[in-house]
Amino acid sequence: MRTMKSKVDVVIIGGGVNGCSLAYRLAKKGLDVVVVEKRYLSSGATGACGAGIRQQWSTRENAQLAIQSVKIFERLSKELGQDIEFRQGGYLIAIHDEKEMKQAEKNVAMQRSLGLKVEILKPEEITRIVPILDVKGMRAIGATFCPTDGHANPFRTTFAYADAARKHGAEINTHTTVINVKTAKKAIRAVVTDQGTIQTDVVVNAAGIDSKTIAEMVKVKLPLSPFRKEIMATERLQPLFEAMVISFKDGIYFSQQKEGQIVGGIPIPEEKGGYKTMPTFAFLSHMAQTLTRYGPVLKHVNVLRHWTGFYDVTPDARPILGEVREVKGFIQCSGFSGHGFMISPMVSFLLTELIVEQKTSEDLQSLNLDRFKGKNIEKELSVVG
Amino acid sequence: MKRSIVCRCEDISEEDVIQAIDEGYTDIEELRKKLRIGMGPCQGRVCIQLVARILERKTGKKVAKIQLPTVRPPLVPVSLGTLASENDEK
Repeated sequence: MRTMKSKVDVVIIGGGVNGCSLAYRLAKKGLDVVVVEKRYLSSGATGACGAGIRQQWSTRENAQLAIQSVKIFERLSKELGQDIEFRQGGYLIAIHDEKEMKQAEKNVAMQRSLGLKVEILKPEEITRIVPILDVKGMRAIGATFCPTDGHANPFRTTFAYADAARKHGAEINTHTTVINVKTAKKAIRAVVTDQGTIQTDVVVNAAGIDSKTIAEMVKVKLPLSPFRKEIMATERLQPLFEAMVISFKDGIYFSQQKEGQIVGGIPIPEEKGGYKTMPTFAFLSHMAQTLTRYGPVLKHVNVLRHWTGFYDVTPDARPILGEVREVKGFIQCSGFSGHGFMISPMVSFLLTELIVEQKTSEDLQSLNLDRFKGKNIEKELSVVG
Repeated sequence: MKRSIVCRCEDISEEDVIQAIDEGYTDIEELRKKLRIGMGPCQGRVCIQLVARILERKTGKKVAKIQLPTVRPPLVPVSLGTLASENDEK
């Protein structure tokens, strides 16, 4: 067994981008923090994600979280002292029919009211942004475009947060599995791992799809379902375009990353929820057909690899954040439904306010587990992949 | 300065690997994500065994005990055009 701290202020379960960014913010405020991660840093959804950072959402809350997150991303490389490869090439969202156009107009009006720079493009303007697209092939009647959307390197971001957290005194234990979470009088007492027990009053559950299992240890039920997603990456190419291209109707998204590779995904045909992990040929075939329909010139480009990751999906496709009513000190940080990376800056900011100052902002309140007890939940519509 | 290339696809040297290990990246998957070794056209066939050796030398963990990165299809580069033509679109 390794030596681990045996008594701390906060134990964070999960070494993804959200766990590591929260560890950094809490340690910076002077709290004694330990992160426990079953495998290696970014080994779950963070490391498998599409790297996109988008502010164009259908619900006001998500749009706001994303806009504020981008402001933090813009200065994050400087703050952490490492390049996280943040790049703002914009997001181009294809519109295929009148129904989508109506929703897009509604979304853009709401997003603009929050101060976001976003426009609706005519079909002929699409290739001005992404020259390789075939507007007819993609069957688009328009698109929305926000130039300040973009992407960053999820591994580098997670590692940079972890390094900065360690500098502020946080302890990060990889290859450490949580066996049990102990409570007494409806409050958190300790986390038992295969490397030893850590006494604490606060546990943050940031374990991705395994958050459900962690919550069950303290008899809390989370409405989380795992959804397998696949992504592929091509060989490196000269810079062709900067924007992320997405379509809600086709489910496709793709962008060209800093190193030159095109990375993208699409829902797997006839895919059902579950935990199986092997990549499928059905995905590769469907992705290749759709991608070459959007950008015919890409047919000459080689695919190098594709991989599987999981969305931890909630009934309204919005995360579960904050303390649960049933157990004092048990804080949720999961259910990101495919957008955990892009809103991680604000998630750690809000949870730091909660843990350090006991402050519950309006945003945090609206994302509490309690919302699923009410009848009227507003579902996020702008989900892709 | 002398550089021994470990990863040809991503131009990563032995010195780069050693530096990353010294910075605390002692898991081969973490090294992969930090340095992009194994992410190029060869998919790790050239570099991963070399990196495992360097890891053994630096950490004392035997090569046989070092878990290799997940194998990711399609193993060799295949063009999008070829993949798209496998089935006719319904």
